[in-house]
Amino acid sequence: MSEAALARPLAAAGGRLWILPPLLVLTGLFFYPLSLIATQALTGDGTTVSLDHFAAVFRSGLFLGALWHTAWIAVAASAGCLMLGFAIALVLSFVPFPGAKEIARFIDTFIALPTFLAALAFTFIYGSAGVVNGALVELFGFETPPVDFLYSPWGVILAEITVYTPFVLRPLMAAFSLIEASQIEVASSLGARAPRIVRQIILPAAMPALLAGGSLCLLLTVNEFGIVLFIGAKGVITLPLLVYDKAIQEFDYTAACVIAVINVALSLSLYLVYRAVIARVGGRNAGVV
Amino acid sequence: MTGGEGISFEGITVAYRGTVVLSDFSLQIQRGEIMALIGPSGSGKTTALRAVAGFVRPTSGRVRIGETDVTDLPPYARGIGMVVQNYALFPHMKIEDNVAFGLRAQKTETGLIADRVKECLRLVGMAAYVGRFPRELSGGQQQRVAIARALAVQPRVLLLDEPLSALDAQIRRSMVEELAKLHRDLPNLTVLYVTHDQTEALTLADRIAIMKDGRLCSFGPSHGLYSRPPNRFTAEFLGRANLLPVRIEGPAEVGLVRVRFGDVGLTVPAHPTLAAGAECLLCIRPHDLRLAEPHHGNRLGAAVTHVQWQGDHHVLTLDCAGTVLRLVSAPLREPPAQGAPFDLGFAQVDATLIAHE
Repeated sequence: MSEAALARPLAAAGGRLWILPPLLVLTGLFFYPLSLIATQALTGDGTTVSLDHFAAVFRSGLFLGALWHTAWIAVAASAGCLMLGFAIALVLSFVPFPGAKEIARFIDTFIALPTFLAALAFTFIYGSAGVVNGALVELFGFETPPVDFLYSPWGVILAEITVYTPFVLRPLMAAFSLIEASQIEVASSLGARAPRIVRQIILPAAMPALLAGGSLCLLLTVNEFGIVLFIGAKGVITLPLLVYDKAIQEFDYTAACVIAVINVALSLSLYLVYRAVIARVGGRNAGVV
Repeated sequence: MTGGEGISFEGITVAYRGTVVLSDFSLQIQRGEIMALIGPSGSGKTTALRAVAGFVRPTSGRVRIGETDVTDLPPYARGIGMVVQNYALFPHMKIEDNVAFGLRAQKTETGLIADRVKECLRLVGMAAYVGRFPRELSGGQQQRVAIARALAVQPRVLLLDEPLSALDAQIRRSMVEELAKLHRDLPNLTVLYVTHDQTEALTLADRIAIMKDGRLCSFGPSHGLYSRPPNRFTAEFLGRANLLPVRIEGPAEVGLVRVRFGDVGLTVPAHPTLAAGAECLLCIRPHDLRLAEPHHGNRLGAAVTHVQWQGDHHVLTLDCAGTVLRLVSAPLREPPAQGAPFDLGFAQVDATLIAHE
């Protein structure tokens, strides 16, 4: 056997060895803790594997309420992100004005900020003692702060929209940059006004990016913890918050692990949907590669 | 099927951030005429077309389509059809929906749309492709669909912005013929055709306007502009003319003057404004130069510097008293050798005097 022929399988074997270090790190930091959670969820404090703990959690009104809140807040926030992101991307991409690029870059930086920051800023603005309520009370002499949406699901949704809209905006602007200006000009020359052009030319071209951005938002908002905790909206308990309550406040680790496993399963399902969407519509078109 | 109207540019100036790209541009395009707007890159020809379409707003001047002043109208209200270089078909729509787009935008009665789409696709030979998507068509087919889409709305004028530039040479030639046939079928259709390809312009256009540095350099009937270029730029841009520096000596027979090129005397058609003693240029097209024959009154001695065979013709590069001349002839059985003397001749009628700029 020649040297070259020998080198190939050795290189292949060496290549496989390179997988080991990251695999060990992942196992230590992720798979092992996850397996502990899954084991706790299936065995509780005993040793027998059973789905009884899952059945108990699914019978719980608190869990079902949390699941419902998680789902509808995530859907509403994602829908809000899509609408706001689409509108901002349209303006930034198709209505030329000085500073549009700078604004786009500024909005991009939101991605780097911790999510609770929006909730904190909202507390300063719309909170009971915030700028808006303070001004309204002073101006009109209200006895109680008139603006109180912040401590409801709407406060959570608004904060999540603020934080996660850039995740839609970015792929949308990438998709918009691929639309040929000549298509819009020709459409206009044929008699189409702006709403028709948006509806029939821009929206179909942006659909992959919208689907990808929307899926990503849904994935992120399902798992959002900081905003929900920070705002502390009355009666708004989501799955991540319920895990926190069960584990830290009630010391019911088995229930916390069961809910965590369900949350992970939900997230993975959404992630698979997200990947399927990307694969179907093409990552490049979606502006996410 | 398409009712055309004329286009008037009245002193149009367009500036971007202080840079003038079209300066005091005035031109009348008659109803049913094909006007080619040609010029090098950056000459302002596309800007002029975009001013008609409404995509650029003139700094000053007015644009009229027919009797209507459209300067302040948005593009969707101008009644134009437009075809661009990259076709700009809507990729997510089938061919029939692409063609129907403008009709739906203009709220044409639903029952009429299908007939109109069929009629326009038949006109461009694409009736069999209604159910396909643009990506399933070749470049030439896509451009035909783009033309059908522009015609479907029965535009007052048709604007073609380098419509064949993205096609390869063979398809471009056949598309030029198809566009010519299309205009024969729609004789009332007014067409503003922007191109940098002089062959397309000469083949299709009734009249040609030549642009340079944002200004109208010359315009007139295609044949006249080619055979009697009014200035040096036109002579060189439209057909690569030979230009000999000459001095007018005086009148010859009626309508003719004697000019001197070095120590050679020539007799050529007079220029309306150039008088005896004027230094000017003598324009002769490469295919009007010949190997001198006894009947040629105008003869020039030259030497062959290069011979190039291009299939259906030969191109001879010649040195004539320090001036480089090009001669285009039918394929030569025995082409002259490099350095060989060559007696040139040309007919009086084929020469044009041009003033120095």
